[in-house]
Amino acid sequence: MPRTTTSRTRPRSAPTAPAADDAPSAAQELAFYRQMVFIRRFEERAARAYTEARIGGYCHLNLGEEATVTGLMSALRAEDYVFTNYREHGYALARGIAPERIMAELYGRSDGVSKGWGGSMHLFDLEARFMGGYGIVGGQLPLATGAALAIDYRGGDEAVVCLMGDGTTNIGAFHESLNLAAIWKLPIVYVIVNNGLGMGTTVEEASAEPELHRRAAAYRMASARVDGNDPIAVREAAATALASARAGAPFLLEAVSGRLKGHSVVDPARYRSREEVEAARAADPIAGYAARLLESARLSEQQIADAERDADRAVAAAVAFAEASPHPDPETLFDYTYATPVPNDSRRRPGEALFLAMPAASTAASVNGATA
Amino acid sequence: MTVTSYRQALHDALREELLRDEDVLLMGEEIGRFEGSYKITAGLLAEFGAKRVRDTPIAEEGFTGAAVGAAMLGLRPVVEIMTINFSLLALDQIVNHAAKIYGMFGGQARVPLVIRTPGGGGQQLGATHSQNVELYYAFVPGLKVVAPATPADAKALMLAAIRDDDPVLVLENLALYNTSGEVPDDLEPAEIGRAAVTRTGSDVTIVAYSRMAVVALEVAERLAAEGIDAEVVDLRSLRPLDRDTIIASVRKTNCAVVLEDDWLTYGIGAEIAATIGDGAFDWLDAPVRRVAMAEVPMPYAKSLELAALPSADDAAAAIRETVDAVARRR
Repeated sequence: MPRTTTSRTRPRSAPTAPAADDAPSAAQELAFYRQMVFIRRFEERAARAYTEARIGGYCHLNLGEEATVTGLMSALRAEDYVFTNYREHGYALARGIAPERIMAELYGRSDGVSKGWGGSMHLFDLEARFMGGYGIVGGQLPLATGAALAIDYRGGDEAVVCLMGDGTTNIGAFHESLNLAAIWKLPIVYVIVNNGLGMGTTVEEASAEPELHRRAAAYRMASARVDGNDPIAVREAAATALASARAGAPFLLEAVSGRLKGHSVVDPARYRSREEVEAARAADPIAGYAARLLESARLSEQQIADAERDADRAVAAAVAFAEASPHPDPETLFDYTYATPVPNDSRRRPGEALFLAMPAASTAASVNGATA
Repeated sequence: MTVTSYRQALHDALREELLRDEDVLLMGEEIGRFEGSYKITAGLLAEFGAKRVRDTPIAEEGFTGAAVGAAMLGLRPVVEIMTINFSLLALDQIVNHAAKIYGMFGGQARVPLVIRTPGGGGQQLGATHSQNVELYYAFVPGLKVVAPATPADAKALMLAAIRDDDPVLVLENLALYNTSGEVPDDLEPAEIGRAAVTRTGSDVTIVAYSRMAVVALEVAERLAAEGIDAEVVDLRSLRPLDRDTIIASVRKTNCAVVLEDDWLTYGIGAEIAATIGDGAFDWLDAPVRRVAMAEVPMPYAKSLELAALPSADDAAAAIRETVDAVARRR
């Protein structure tokens, strides 16, 4: 019986990869390089601010993941949606959100992308269709799947990219989401960023099928594995995956890269051997990409110096903006509990009484606790 | 005015909203071809098609979370979770995601989602299918939880829930589906967050919700014959909680009994009792009594199930004792 649940009567677009199939121009390669350097410097600066206690909570960095970030985000259209986990600063930057507003969010300031309500793990910007970093492993998968359902419901041409770490492929939400996307033919690309480690547990220890992209087979879903240290390869793989998704065939893409530091800023990663760390450094995507471009004279030492100088300046400006941004006003504490105002919504501060202890002159006077 | 069953009132609300708003869609296990485990969605697949009345795999976390994501993009999904027991499989998506998205991102994304799910014991379904765990959701800011007791409220609160821009859990009840009552033909959506005084009285306040709000009215009528004039407060909304209505009643009657189908310790009644302590301490002439389910996993055998569930007799006895305690004090 033909499926009748999708609203689409024709494919969204031809299932061929768009311009990303073409060899990148020198300008594109330089732009990629500059973006990777910028993400690197932003994250290094965030780590410093964290150790200086300017940033609170948890802080997970994209260090070592810059090629994957850049390649993936460059394959998206402006109208596509991105859902990520809590290791997402780079994706937000590559999506075009102002670094000032991202740094301000890390600082917990009112000019942050989430107005200081989210922090490092919960960046969000509707205009950039950056639909959130999420702190619960796997939590973003059903949400992203539902966003793709909404696109399909309305017959739109957009796609959803849903990022996750390697450890996420063992959680139930991963399997439930891939199954839903496959049976409903949703326009979504799931991307596993495989850096070989959960926090300290390896993929081999945690996953009976360590070639994670193969798990798509259980849902008859197309999949591929790509070198996450090569931004051009990632972009091409993402373009193929997105074309498939737009045509109604969801896709599982696995990008393999290294993690240059611990799981989060405070993690010294003592569980890794010196050899493992050396190997990750040797595979540093930025150094590797620069070497390739230098070798073929598509990048100059001057351009490298310019990229680093510009990144440093932009990051310094972001920090200055964040430092100057006001802390959220405690008076706004109850502004975002409900979108639709509702009577009896509690606006009680921690120490306030719900009701006056003694009867007021006129009865039934409630204070503080409940307002209509 | 039409006399309608609670089941039909829910069905009518869903159908009217499907007709009114293209963005409304229904999702859940067996709601389409099978027409729903409790037949609330009977006929809707045939009328609206599989795009808008969408059968899902048995994957509560997946499809509930997908509904949250669809809501973030502006659809208004109404998810049926077959019973509230199964909602625990979707707890992460409901508590960590649906309830958090509006606040956590500084008000940038709304989640106009409805989760419909019945609670209730008494059907000999045993320990895992007879729970009343609405407390888990009523505990969480960001969620709204409503618990209609009558067909009119079932419809009016469902209409309100679907038109609300926040995630709303509508607690239905297995024992209420076949009950009947008058439903106005031109019923407007109810206001979420308001309790109702469903019977006025002067001797004692009975606070209840869902099935027990119906039991409360029955018991009040029975006690009227004995000369006890009870006032009944039907909570209707568990979050937000309409404390003012409870307190206004208790300040008038000077005593209260809470009826609840959930477990006593840490239950909804505990919050009501604490509220009365906060707001009516100086008016109270007796301790607040709570009539609640025995604190055991629900047994299967009918004799044990009846012993575990709060009954009208249990409620009547607790109310008489409370009124007697007040009389002794005066």
